[in-house]
Amino acid sequence: MSERRDVGPPLWLLAELTYRCPLHCVFCYNPVDYAGQGAELSTDDWKRVLREGRALGAAQLGLSGGEPLLRDDLEAIVREARQLGYYINLLTSGVGLTETRIAALRDAGLDHIQLSFQDSTREMNDFLSSTRTFDLKNRVAQLIKQYDYPMVLNCVLHRYNIDHVQQILEMAEAMGAEYVELANTQYYSWAYLNREQLMPTREQVERAEAVTDAYREKVKARMRLFFVPPDYHGSRPKKCTNGWGQVFMTVRADGSVLPCHTAGMLPGLEFPNVREHSLAWAWYDSPGFNRFRGTAWMKEPCRSCPEQEKDLGGCRCQAWMMTGDAEAADPVCDRSPHHAQVTDMVAAAGTPAVIERPVVFRTDRTSRALIDERVAGTPTADRARLFEPALIADCGGER
Amino acid sequence: MSVAADQVYTVARLFRLQWEPAQNAWVLLYPEGMVQLNQSAGEIMKRLDGTRTLADVTAGCEADFATTGLLDDVLGFVAGAVEQGWVRRV
Ligand code: SF4
Ligand code: SF4
Repeated sequence: MSERRDVGPPLWLLAELTYRCPLHCVFCYNPVDYAGQGAELSTDDWKRVLREGRALGAAQLGLSGGEPLLRDDLEAIVREARQLGYYINLLTSGVGLTETRIAALRDAGLDHIQLSFQDSTREMNDFLSSTRTFDLKNRVAQLIKQYDYPMVLNCVLHRYNIDHVQQILEMAEAMGAEYVELANTQYYSWAYLNREQLMPTREQVERAEAVTDAYREKVKARMRLFFVPPDYHGSRPKKCTNGWGQVFMTVRADGSVLPCHTAGMLPGLEFPNVREHSLAWAWYDSPGFNRFRGTAWMKEPCRSCPEQEKDLGGCRCQAWMMTGDAEAADPVCDRSPHHAQVTDMVAAAGTPAVIERPVVFRTDRTSRALIDERVAGTPTADRARLFEPALIADCGGER
Repeated sequence: MSVAADQVYTVARLFRLQWEPAQNAWVLLYPEGMVQLNQSAGEIMKRLDGTRTLADVTAGCEADFATTGLLDDVLGFVAGAVEQGWVRRV
Protein backbone atom coordinates (compact mmCIF):
# COMPACT_ATOMS: atom_id res chain seq x y z
CA MET A 1 0.00 0.00 0.00
CA SER A 2 1.44 3.34 -0.99
CA GLU A 3 0.53 5.12 2.21
CA ARG A 4 1.42 8.75 2.69
CA ARG A 5 2.59 10.09 5.94
CA ASP A 6 0.35 13.15 5.83
CA VAL A 7 -2.88 11.35 4.98
CA GLY A 8 -4.69 9.22 7.55
CA PRO A 9 -6.88 6.24 6.70
CA PRO A 10 -10.54 6.59 5.73
CA LEU A 11 -12.79 5.76 8.67
CA TRP A 12 -16.14 5.91 6.94
CA LEU A 13 -17.17 4.08 3.84
CA LEU A 14 -20.46 5.03 2.26
CA ALA A 15 -21.74 2.51 -0.27
CA GLU A 16 -24.42 3.92 -2.52
CA LEU A 17 -25.54 0.49 -3.63
CA THR A 18 -28.05 1.58 -6.23
CA TYR A 19 -29.64 4.72 -7.60
CA ARG A 20 -32.92 2.94 -8.13
CA CYS A 21 -35.58 4.18 -5.77
CA PRO A 22 -39.34 3.86 -5.45
CA LEU A 23 -39.59 7.41 -4.10
CA HIS A 24 -39.35 10.76 -5.86
CA CYS A 25 -38.05 13.20 -3.28
CA VAL A 26 -37.81 16.79 -4.35
CA PHE A 27 -34.66 17.14 -2.22
CA CYS A 28 -32.96 13.95 -3.42
CA TYR A 29 -29.17 14.06 -3.09
CA ASN A 30 -28.50 11.61 -5.94
CA PRO A 31 -26.97 13.18 -9.05
CA VAL A 32 -29.57 14.78 -11.34
CA ASP A 33 -28.14 12.72 -14.20
CA TYR A 34 -28.24 9.39 -12.32
CA ALA A 35 -30.43 7.84 -15.04
CA GLY A 36 -27.45 7.99 -17.42
CA GLN A 37 -25.03 6.14 -15.16
CA GLY A 38 -23.44 2.82 -15.99
CA ALA A 39 -24.22 -0.64 -14.67
CA GLU A 40 -24.29 -1.34 -10.95
CA LEU A 41 -21.48 -3.26 -9.29
CA SER A 42 -22.01 -6.98 -8.76
CA THR A 43 -22.17 -8.69 -5.38
CA ASP A 44 -18.57 -9.86 -5.76
CA ASP A 45 -17.42 -6.36 -6.66
CA TRP A 46 -19.03 -5.04 -3.48
CA LYS A 47 -17.45 -7.75 -1.37
CA ARG A 48 -14.05 -6.82 -2.75
CA VAL A 49 -14.71 -3.13 -2.08
CA LEU A 50 -15.65 -3.97 1.51
CA ARG A 51 -12.49 -6.03 2.03
CA GLU A 52 -10.27 -3.33 0.60
CA GLY A 53 -12.00 -0.61 2.60
CA ARG A 54 -11.63 -2.54 5.82
CA ALA A 55 -7.96 -3.22 5.09
CA LEU A 56 -7.46 0.52 4.66
CA GLY A 57 -8.98 1.11 8.10
CA ALA A 58 -12.65 1.96 7.53
CA ALA A 59 -14.80 0.88 10.47
CA GLN A 60 -18.14 2.56 9.78
CA LEU A 61 -20.13 1.42 6.79
CA GLY A 62 -23.18 3.23 5.46
CA LEU A 63 -25.41 1.34 3.05
CA SER A 64 -27.55 3.78 1.14
CA GLY A 65 -28.88 4.53 -2.31
CA GLY A 66 -31.37 5.18 -3.88
CA GLU A 67 -33.15 2.57 -1.86
CA PRO A 68 -30.62 -0.09 -0.80
CA LEU A 69 -33.39 -2.63 -0.20
CA LEU A 70 -33.83 -2.81 -3.96
CA ARG A 71 -30.59 -4.80 -4.08
CA ASP A 72 -31.62 -8.38 -3.42
CA ASP A 73 -28.06 -9.18 -2.38
CA LEU A 74 -28.22 -6.69 0.50
CA GLU A 75 -28.21 -9.51 3.04
CA ALA A 76 -25.09 -11.05 1.46
CA ILE A 77 -23.34 -7.68 1.46
CA VAL A 78 -24.24 -7.15 5.13
CA ARG A 79 -23.01 -10.60 6.08
CA GLU A 80 -19.64 -10.01 4.42
CA ALA A 81 -19.37 -6.58 6.03
CA ARG A 82 -20.10 -7.92 9.48
CA GLN A 83 -17.53 -10.69 9.12
CA LEU A 84 -14.99 -8.05 8.21
CA GLY A 85 -15.82 -6.07 11.37
CA TYR A 86 -17.68 -3.05 10.04
CA TYR A 87 -20.34 -1.30 12.08
CA ILE A 88 -23.14 -1.37 9.56
CA ASN A 89 -25.72 1.39 9.16
CA LEU A 90 -28.62 0.91 6.77
CA LEU A 91 -30.14 4.16 5.50
CA THR A 92 -33.58 3.36 4.16
CA SER A 93 -37.00 4.79 3.39
CA GLY A 94 -38.44 1.56 4.75
CA VAL A 95 -40.16 0.74 1.47
CA GLY A 96 -39.53 -2.97 0.96
CA LEU A 97 -38.54 -3.72 4.54
CA THR A 98 -40.66 -6.80 5.17
CA GLU A 99 -40.41 -9.03 8.19
CA THR A 100 -38.58 -11.67 6.14
CA ARG A 101 -35.94 -9.17 5.13
CA ILE A 102 -35.41 -7.57 8.51
CA ALA A 103 -35.03 -11.04 10.06
CA ALA A 104 -32.44 -11.95 7.42
CA LEU A 105 -30.60 -8.64 7.88
CA ARG A 106 -30.54 -9.09 11.63
CA ASP A 107 -29.19 -12.58 11.16
CA ALA A 108 -26.54 -11.31 8.73
CA GLY A 109 -25.33 -8.86 11.39
CA LEU A 110 -26.79 -5.48 10.50
CA ASP A 111 -26.10 -3.10 13.41
CA HIS A 112 -28.41 -0.18 12.87
CA ILE A 113 -31.28 1.09 10.76
CA GLN A 114 -32.02 4.73 10.09
CA LEU A 115 -35.54 5.17 8.81
CA SER A 116 -36.11 8.30 6.82
CA PHE A 117 -39.18 10.17 5.84
CA GLN A 118 -37.62 10.69 2.56
CA ASP A 119 -40.41 11.48 0.27
CA SER A 120 -41.76 14.77 -0.92
CA THR A 121 -44.39 17.00 0.52
CA ARG A 122 -46.92 14.54 -0.87
CA GLU A 123 -45.70 11.97 1.51
CA MET A 124 -45.47 14.42 4.33
CA ASN A 125 -49.09 15.31 3.80
CA ASP A 126 -49.98 11.67 3.66
CA PHE A 127 -48.12 11.14 6.70
CA LEU A 128 -49.56 14.01 8.68
CA SER A 129 -53.03 12.96 7.64
CA SER A 130 -52.46 9.33 8.63
CA THR A 131 -52.84 7.80 5.22
CA ARG A 132 -51.09 5.05 3.30
CA THR A 133 -47.49 6.05 3.87
CA PHE A 134 -48.04 6.65 7.51
CA ASP A 135 -49.25 3.07 7.85
CA LEU A 136 -46.22 1.76 6.01
CA LYS A 137 -43.80 3.73 8.19
CA ASN A 138 -45.64 2.66 11.27
CA ARG A 139 -45.40 -1.00 10.29
CA VAL A 140 -41.71 -0.65 9.58
CA ALA A 141 -41.19 1.16 12.87
CA GLN A 142 -42.87 -1.72 14.71
CA LEU A 143 -40.62 -4.21 12.92
CA ILE A 144 -37.55 -2.21 13.85
CA LYS A 145 -38.59 -2.35 17.51
CA GLN A 146 -39.55 -5.99 17.33
CA TYR A 147 -36.08 -6.86 16.05
CA ASP A 148 -34.51 -4.91 18.87
CA TYR A 149 -33.02 -2.12 16.80
CA PRO A 150 -33.05 1.39 18.20
CA MET A 151 -35.59 3.60 16.46
CA VAL A 152 -33.66 6.24 14.59
CA LEU A 153 -35.75 8.56 12.48
CA ASN A 154 -34.53 11.11 10.03
CA CYS A 155 -36.70 13.79 8.51
CA VAL A 156 -35.52 16.30 5.95
CA LEU A 157 -37.00 19.74 6.54
CA HIS A 158 -37.96 22.34 3.97
CA ARG A 159 -40.45 25.16 3.68
CA TYR A 160 -43.39 22.81 3.08
CA ASN A 161 -42.99 20.76 6.24
CA ILE A 162 -40.88 22.85 8.59
CA ASP A 163 -44.00 24.36 10.18
CA HIS A 164 -45.11 20.84 11.13
CA VAL A 165 -42.16 20.06 13.37
CA GLN A 166 -44.42 19.75 16.41
CA GLN A 167 -46.61 17.14 14.67
CA ILE A 168 -43.58 15.34 13.28
CA LEU A 169 -42.11 15.04 16.77
CA GLU A 170 -45.42 13.89 18.26
CA MET A 171 -45.65 11.22 15.64
CA ALA A 172 -42.04 10.18 16.21
CA GLU A 173 -42.76 9.87 19.91
CA ALA A 174 -45.89 7.82 19.24
CA MET A 175 -43.77 5.47 17.13
CA GLY A 176 -41.33 5.04 19.99
CA ALA A 177 -38.40 6.82 18.33
CA GLU A 178 -35.23 7.03 20.39
CA TYR A 179 -33.29 9.34 18.09
CA VAL A 180 -34.80 11.90 15.76
CA GLU A 181 -32.76 13.93 13.35
CA LEU A 182 -34.47 16.96 11.85
CA ALA A 183 -32.09 17.89 9.09
CA ASN A 184 -32.72 20.94 7.00
CA THR A 185 -32.33 20.36 3.29
CA GLN A 186 -28.83 20.59 1.87
CA TYR A 187 -29.01 22.23 -1.51
CA TYR A 188 -27.29 19.84 -3.88
CA SER A 189 -28.54 17.93 -6.89
CA TRP A 190 -32.35 17.80 -6.97
CA ALA A 191 -32.66 20.06 -3.97
CA TYR A 192 -30.53 22.59 -5.82
CA LEU A 193 -32.94 22.52 -8.76
CA ASN A 194 -35.73 23.19 -6.27
CA ARG A 195 -33.88 25.39 -3.87
CA GLU A 196 -35.98 28.51 -4.26
CA GLN A 197 -39.14 26.58 -3.59
CA LEU A 198 -37.73 24.56 -0.70
CA MET A 199 -35.98 27.41 1.09
CA PRO A 200 -37.63 28.23 4.41
CA THR A 201 -37.73 31.77 5.74
CA ARG A 202 -35.53 32.76 8.63
CA GLU A 203 -38.60 32.97 10.88
CA GLN A 204 -39.66 29.46 9.95
CA VAL A 205 -36.26 28.09 10.89
CA GLU A 206 -36.20 29.94 14.19
CA ARG A 207 -39.68 28.74 15.09
CA ALA A 208 -38.85 25.14 14.20
CA GLU A 209 -35.73 25.23 16.30
CA ALA A 210 -37.63 26.70 19.26
CA VAL A 211 -40.29 23.99 18.96
CA THR A 212 -37.56 21.35 18.88
CA ASP A 213 -35.86 22.83 21.96
CA ALA A 214 -39.13 22.84 23.90
CA TYR A 215 -39.83 19.26 22.88
CA ARG A 216 -36.35 18.18 23.89
CA GLU A 217 -36.94 19.69 27.30
CA LYS A 218 -40.14 17.65 27.60
CA VAL A 219 -38.84 14.24 26.51
CA LYS A 220 -35.31 14.58 27.94
CA ALA A 221 -33.16 11.48 27.39
CA ARG A 222 -36.15 9.32 26.36
CA MET A 223 -35.90 10.69 22.84
CA ARG A 224 -32.75 12.41 21.61
CA LEU A 225 -33.44 15.24 19.18
CA PHE A 226 -30.99 16.71 16.72
CA PHE A 227 -31.76 19.82 14.74
CA VAL A 228 -29.43 20.47 11.83
CA PRO A 229 -29.84 24.11 10.77
CA PRO A 230 -29.77 25.00 7.09
CA ASP A 231 -26.47 26.05 5.61
CA TYR A 232 -27.82 29.07 3.78
CA HIS A 233 -29.10 30.74 6.91
CA GLY A 234 -25.66 30.91 8.53
CA SER A 235 -22.57 33.03 7.97
CA ARG A 236 -19.85 30.34 8.07
CA PRO A 237 -19.81 27.21 5.93
CA LYS A 238 -19.66 23.69 7.25
CA LYS A 239 -16.43 21.74 7.13
CA CYS A 240 -17.47 19.66 4.23
CA THR A 241 -17.32 15.88 4.92
CA ASN A 242 -15.04 16.80 7.81
CA GLY A 243 -12.29 17.66 5.35
CA TRP A 244 -11.87 16.55 1.74
CA GLY A 245 -10.33 13.07 1.66
CA GLN A 246 -9.76 13.00 5.42
CA VAL A 247 -12.40 10.64 6.79
CA PHE A 248 -15.04 9.81 4.20
CA MET A 249 -15.00 7.73 1.10
CA THR A 250 -18.05 7.10 -1.07
CA VAL A 251 -18.33 4.27 -3.56
CA ARG A 252 -21.22 4.76 -5.91
CA ALA A 253 -23.48 2.25 -7.60
CA ASP A 254 -21.37 2.31 -10.77
CA GLY A 255 -18.11 1.79 -8.86
CA SER A 256 -16.76 5.34 -8.94
CA VAL A 257 -15.00 6.44 -5.76
CA LEU A 258 -15.53 9.97 -4.43
CA PRO A 259 -14.62 11.99 -1.33
CA CYS A 260 -18.29 12.88 -1.02
CA HIS A 261 -21.43 11.69 -2.76
CA THR A 262 -21.95 14.89 -4.72
CA ALA A 263 -18.37 15.59 -5.78
CA GLY A 264 -18.96 13.95 -9.18
CA MET A 265 -20.23 17.25 -10.55
CA LEU A 266 -16.89 19.05 -10.02
CA PRO A 267 -15.13 20.00 -13.27
CA GLY A 268 -11.71 18.81 -14.36
CA LEU A 269 -11.58 15.99 -11.85
CA GLU A 270 -11.34 12.35 -12.66
CA PHE A 271 -12.46 10.02 -9.95
CA PRO A 272 -11.23 6.43 -9.97
CA ASN A 273 -13.47 3.41 -10.40
CA VAL A 274 -13.12 0.22 -8.37
CA ARG A 275 -13.39 -1.76 -11.59
CA GLU A 276 -9.97 -0.40 -12.56
CA HIS A 277 -8.24 0.68 -9.37
CA SER A 278 -7.76 -0.43 -5.80
CA LEU A 279 -9.39 1.58 -3.04
CA ALA A 280 -5.92 2.21 -1.59
CA TRP A 281 -4.82 3.89 -4.80
CA ALA A 282 -8.07 5.85 -4.96
CA TRP A 283 -7.66 7.11 -1.40
CA TYR A 284 -3.94 7.84 -1.27
CA ASP A 285 -2.83 8.42 -4.82
CA SER A 286 -5.66 9.37 -7.14
CA PRO A 287 -5.52 12.97 -8.36
CA GLY A 288 -9.24 13.37 -7.53
CA PHE A 289 -8.76 12.63 -3.83
CA ASN A 290 -5.68 14.82 -3.60
CA ARG A 291 -7.18 17.77 -5.44
CA PHE A 292 -8.64 19.57 -2.42
CA ARG A 293 -6.76 18.01 0.47
CA GLY A 294 -5.34 20.54 2.91
CA THR A 295 -5.28 24.26 2.16
CA ALA A 296 -2.72 24.70 -0.63
CA TRP A 297 -5.41 24.95 -3.35
CA MET A 298 -7.13 27.92 -1.72
CA LYS A 299 -7.69 31.34 -3.22
CA GLU A 300 -8.60 34.57 -1.46
CA PRO A 301 -10.41 35.16 0.83
CA CYS A 302 -9.71 31.66 2.19
CA ARG A 303 -5.96 31.70 1.52
CA SER A 304 -5.23 34.36 4.12
CA CYS A 305 -8.18 33.60 6.39
CA PRO A 306 -7.39 32.87 10.06
CA GLU A 307 -10.31 30.42 10.18
CA GLN A 308 -9.20 28.28 7.26
CA GLU A 309 -8.48 25.19 9.38
CA LYS A 310 -11.91 25.42 10.96
CA ASP A 311 -13.96 24.91 7.81
CA LEU A 312 -11.32 24.35 5.10
CA GLY A 313 -13.14 26.84 2.90
CA GLY A 314 -16.46 25.01 3.13
CA CYS A 315 -18.00 22.84 0.48
CA ARG A 316 -16.34 22.59 -2.95
CA CYS A 317 -19.58 21.62 -4.66
CA GLN A 318 -21.41 24.54 -3.17
CA ALA A 319 -18.66 26.88 -4.36
CA TRP A 320 -18.79 25.35 -7.83
CA MET A 321 -22.59 25.37 -8.13
CA MET A 322 -22.96 28.99 -7.11
CA THR A 323 -19.83 30.65 -8.46
CA GLY A 324 -18.64 28.42 -11.30
CA ASP A 325 -15.26 28.15 -9.58
CA ALA A 326 -14.58 25.06 -7.48
CA GLU A 327 -11.66 26.83 -5.74
CA ALA A 328 -13.74 29.74 -4.53
CA ALA A 329 -14.82 30.21 -0.91
CA ASP A 330 -18.13 28.55 -0.15
CA PRO A 331 -20.65 31.40 -0.69
CA VAL A 332 -22.33 30.56 2.61
CA CYS A 333 -19.34 32.36 4.15
CA ASP A 334 -20.01 36.07 4.65
CA ARG A 335 -16.45 36.76 3.51
CA SER A 336 -17.22 35.34 0.09
CA PRO A 337 -17.81 37.99 -2.59
CA HIS A 338 -20.75 35.81 -3.67
CA HIS A 339 -22.41 35.72 -0.27
CA ALA A 340 -25.23 38.01 -1.45
CA GLN A 341 -26.55 35.15 -3.61
CA VAL A 342 -27.24 33.25 -0.44
CA THR A 343 -28.71 36.10 1.57
CA ASP A 344 -30.86 37.21 -1.38
CA MET A 345 -32.26 33.75 -1.72
CA VAL A 346 -33.08 33.49 1.96
CA ALA A 347 -34.67 36.94 1.84
CA ALA A 348 -36.79 35.90 -1.16
CA ALA A 349 -37.96 32.69 0.57
CA GLY A 350 -41.69 32.36 0.67
CA THR A 351 -42.46 35.27 -1.64
CA PRO A 352 -45.22 34.62 -4.20
CA ALA A 353 -42.96 34.80 -7.27
CA VAL A 354 -40.92 31.91 -5.92
CA ILE A 355 -43.76 29.73 -4.73
CA GLU A 356 -45.58 29.73 -8.05
CA ARG A 357 -42.86 27.80 -9.86
CA PRO A 358 -43.45 24.05 -9.89
CA VAL A 359 -41.10 21.77 -7.99
CA VAL A 360 -39.16 19.08 -9.82
CA PHE A 361 -39.67 15.53 -8.57
CA ARG A 362 -36.79 13.12 -8.86
CA THR A 363 -37.83 10.52 -11.44
CA ASP A 364 -36.01 8.50 -14.09
CA ARG A 365 -37.91 10.35 -16.78
CA THR A 366 -36.98 13.77 -15.45
CA SER A 367 -33.38 12.70 -15.05
CA ARG A 368 -33.26 11.61 -18.69
CA ALA A 369 -35.00 14.78 -19.82
CA LEU A 370 -32.43 16.83 -17.90
CA ILE A 371 -29.59 14.92 -19.54
CA ASP A 372 -31.12 15.59 -22.97
CA GLU A 373 -31.46 19.25 -22.10
CA ARG A 374 -27.84 19.35 -20.99
CA VAL A 375 -26.59 17.60 -24.12
CA ALA A 376 -28.57 20.01 -26.28
CA GLY A 377 -26.87 22.79 -24.35
CA THR A 378 -30.04 24.51 -23.22
CA PRO A 379 -29.99 24.69 -19.41
CA THR A 380 -28.99 27.83 -17.58
CA ALA A 381 -25.35 27.97 -16.49
CA ASP A 382 -25.93 27.20 -12.83
CA ARG A 383 -28.12 24.20 -13.70
CA ALA A 384 -25.53 22.94 -16.15
CA ARG A 385 -23.05 22.74 -13.28
CA LEU A 386 -25.01 19.93 -11.67
CA PHE A 387 -24.06 17.47 -14.40
CA GLU A 388 -21.13 15.17 -14.42
CA PRO A 389 -18.54 16.18 -16.98
CA ALA A 390 -17.64 12.59 -17.95
CA LEU A 391 -21.24 11.57 -18.28
CA ILE A 392 -22.07 14.39 -20.64
CA ALA A 393 -19.06 13.51 -22.81
CA ASP A 394 -20.36 9.92 -22.94
CA CYS A 395 -23.72 11.15 -24.11
CA GLY A 396 -22.14 13.01 -27.02
CA GLY A 397 -22.23 16.48 -25.52
CA GLU A 398 -19.24 18.72 -25.06
CA ARG A 399 -17.92 20.98 -22.39
CA MET B 1 -26.75 5.87 40.65
CA SER B 2 -23.34 5.45 42.19
CA VAL B 3 -20.78 3.05 40.83
CA ALA B 4 -19.38 0.47 43.26
CA ALA B 5 -16.81 -2.32 43.21
CA ASP B 6 -19.33 -5.15 43.54
CA GLN B 7 -21.34 -4.12 40.49
CA VAL B 8 -21.24 -5.73 37.05
CA TYR B 9 -21.33 -3.82 33.76
CA THR B 10 -21.43 -4.53 30.09
CA VAL B 11 -21.25 -2.56 26.84
CA ALA B 12 -24.62 -0.97 26.05
CA ARG B 13 -26.82 -2.17 23.24
CA LEU B 14 -26.09 -0.02 20.17
CA PHE B 15 -22.39 0.06 20.95
CA ARG B 16 -19.74 -2.33 19.83
CA LEU B 17 -16.28 -2.52 21.32
CA GLN B 18 -13.64 -3.66 18.92
CA TRP B 19 -9.88 -3.67 18.45
CA GLU B 20 -8.88 -1.66 15.39
CA PRO B 21 -5.44 -2.53 14.04
CA ALA B 22 -5.45 0.53 11.74
CA GLN B 23 -5.78 2.82 14.75
CA ASN B 24 -3.85 0.58 17.09
CA ALA B 25 -6.60 1.12 19.65
CA TRP B 26 -9.85 -0.15 21.09
CA VAL B 27 -12.78 1.74 19.63
CA LEU B 28 -16.44 1.99 20.49
CA LEU B 29 -18.63 1.93 17.45
CA TYR B 30 -22.19 3.24 17.47
CA PRO B 31 -24.64 4.54 14.87
CA GLU B 32 -22.67 6.79 12.59
CA GLY B 33 -19.92 7.39 15.06
CA MET B 34 -16.84 6.05 16.75
CA VAL B 35 -14.84 6.84 19.87
CA GLN B 36 -11.21 5.89 20.00
CA LEU B 37 -10.34 4.82 23.53
CA ASN B 38 -7.01 5.48 25.13
CA GLN B 39 -5.07 2.54 26.45
CA SER B 40 -6.38 2.48 30.01
CA ALA B 41 -9.98 3.06 28.89
CA GLY B 42 -9.60 0.20 26.42
CA GLU B 43 -8.20 -2.10 29.09
CA ILE B 44 -11.15 -1.40 31.37
CA MET B 45 -13.82 -1.56 28.66
CA LYS B 46 -12.69 -4.88 27.26
CA ARG B 47 -13.15 -6.42 30.71
CA LEU B 48 -16.75 -5.18 31.11
CA ASP B 49 -18.21 -8.46 29.93
CA GLY B 50 -21.42 -8.65 31.94
CA THR B 51 -20.03 -11.25 34.36
CA ARG B 52 -17.02 -9.76 36.16
CA THR B 53 -17.48 -7.30 39.04
CA LEU B 54 -15.61 -4.03 38.92
CA ALA B 55 -13.37 -5.42 41.69
CA ASP B 56 -12.41 -8.28 39.36
CA VAL B 57 -11.94 -5.85 36.48
CA THR B 58 -9.63 -3.78 38.64
CA ALA B 59 -7.67 -6.85 39.73
CA GLY B 60 -7.26 -7.85 36.07
CA CYS B 61 -5.89 -4.43 35.10
CA GLU B 62 -3.57 -4.35 38.11
CA ALA B 63 -2.21 -7.79 37.28
CA ASP B 64 -1.61 -6.93 33.62
CA PHE B 65 0.17 -3.71 34.45
CA ALA B 66 1.91 -4.97 37.58
CA THR B 67 0.55 -2.18 39.69
CA THR B 68 -1.99 -1.56 42.48
CA GLY B 69 -4.48 1.06 43.61
CA LEU B 70 -6.46 1.33 40.34
CA LEU B 71 -9.94 0.90 41.87
CA ASP B 72 -10.73 4.62 41.99
CA ASP B 73 -9.64 5.05 38.38
CA VAL B 74 -11.86 2.18 37.29
CA LEU B 75 -14.88 3.45 39.24
CA GLY B 76 -14.35 6.96 37.90
CA PHE B 77 -14.07 5.77 34.31
CA VAL B 78 -17.16 3.57 34.57
CA ALA B 79 -19.18 6.42 36.09
CA GLY B 80 -18.24 8.55 33.09
CA ALA B 81 -19.03 5.72 30.68
CA VAL B 82 -22.48 5.31 32.24
CA GLU B 83 -23.11 8.99 31.74
CA GLN B 84 -22.08 8.71 28.08
CA GLY B 85 -24.40 5.76 27.67
CA TRP B 86 -21.53 3.43 26.64
CA VAL B 87 -22.13 0.83 29.32
CA ARG B 88 -25.04 -0.45 31.35
CA ARG B 89 -25.24 -2.23 34.67
CA VAL B 90 -26.15 -5.90 34.58
S1 SF4 C 1 -13.02 32.90 4.08
FE1 SF4 C 1 -12.85 30.76 3.53
S2 SF4 C 1 -11.63 29.82 5.14
FE2 SF4 C 1 -12.34 31.81 5.90
S3 SF4 C 1 -14.22 31.36 7.04
FE3 SF4 C 1 -14.80 31.89 4.95
S4 SF4 C 1 -14.88 29.94 3.85
FE4 SF4 C 1 -13.76 29.60 5.75
S1 SF4 D 1 -17.71 19.97 -1.15
FE1 SF4 D 1 -18.69 18.54 -2.35
S2 SF4 D 1 -17.64 16.79 -1.75
FE2 SF4 D 1 -17.38 18.12 -0.16
S3 SF4 D 1 -19.06 17.81 1.22
FE3 SF4 D 1 -19.57 19.39 -0.13
S4 SF4 D 1 -20.74 18.41 -1.61
FE4 SF4 D 1 -19.53 16.95 -0.60
